[in-house]
Amino acid sequence: MQMNRRKALASAGAFGALLVAGLLRPVAALAAWNRAAFGAKSAPDVMKGLGVANAEPSTAIVIEAPQIAENGAVVPIEVMSNIPGTTALAVMIEKNPFPLASRFDFMDGALPFVKLNVKMGETSDVRVVATAGGKHYVATKEVKVTIGGCGG
Amino acid sequence: MSAGPMRMRATLGSGFTDVRVLMSHVMETGQRKDASGQVIPLHFIQNVTVKLNGKTVVEGEVSQAVSRNPVFSFRLKGGQKGDKIEVSWLDNTGVTNKTEGAVA
Repeated sequence: MQMNRRKALASAGAFGALLVAGLLRPVAALAAWNRAAFGAKSAPDVMKGLGVANAEPSTAIVIEAPQIAENGAVVPIEVMSNIPGTTALAVMIEKNPFPLASRFDFMDGALPFVKLNVKMGETSDVRVVATAGGKHYVATKEVKVTIGGCGG
Repeated sequence: MSAGPMRMRATLGSGFTDVRVLMSHVMETGQRKDASGQVIPLHFIQNVTVKLNGKTVVEGEVSQAVSRNPVFSFRLKGGQKGDKIEVSWLDNTGVTNKTEGAVA
């Protein structure tokens, strides 16, 4: 790639300015990532890590997932909460080596809904925890996997 | 390593805006081995952020269990044509990428 000296200097200057302005913070400070919950190896430990161990069962959490997933490498999962005031959703694949697949915070302006593709090592319950008004609610749905998607 | 392309589509649904985004990423689990038996190190997106007209509306933390080249759908309340949507991600090696678009 060719880049003239003036352009290179200009972009270096811009980068420096961003650093000074504090817009580029170190990765560690930038990334809010719950190491305890994501590193937990069982669903109960994940729930402890997320601080939602006392979640009560709810039928107002809707989990759309295939009953049988032929390819564990790409399992579509759609999650929605009908609990008023839901601010967070966490998705766990109970039998994965690290069950927590993702968690989302929904601010004003977003609906408590997410659809994503996950890897599943084997047939497992998908467990979803919703947080609303400081309380936690949980629902599960089993997905049968015919070919796992974690190993190589 | 530079980040691969990202695609995003935001469309008006009934009472909400549907945001679909595709990210190019290996999402390596740290459990696979290469041909010589070496473990391929963990490499995955950790954070996903959705902004509506410059304001953060969804903030996600993601694990290596999300499939390669992740596709996410989100729903935003209301919305109208031309609203600006920005989606960005950050992976565990510090690589980041973002895409911007308007609601169609």
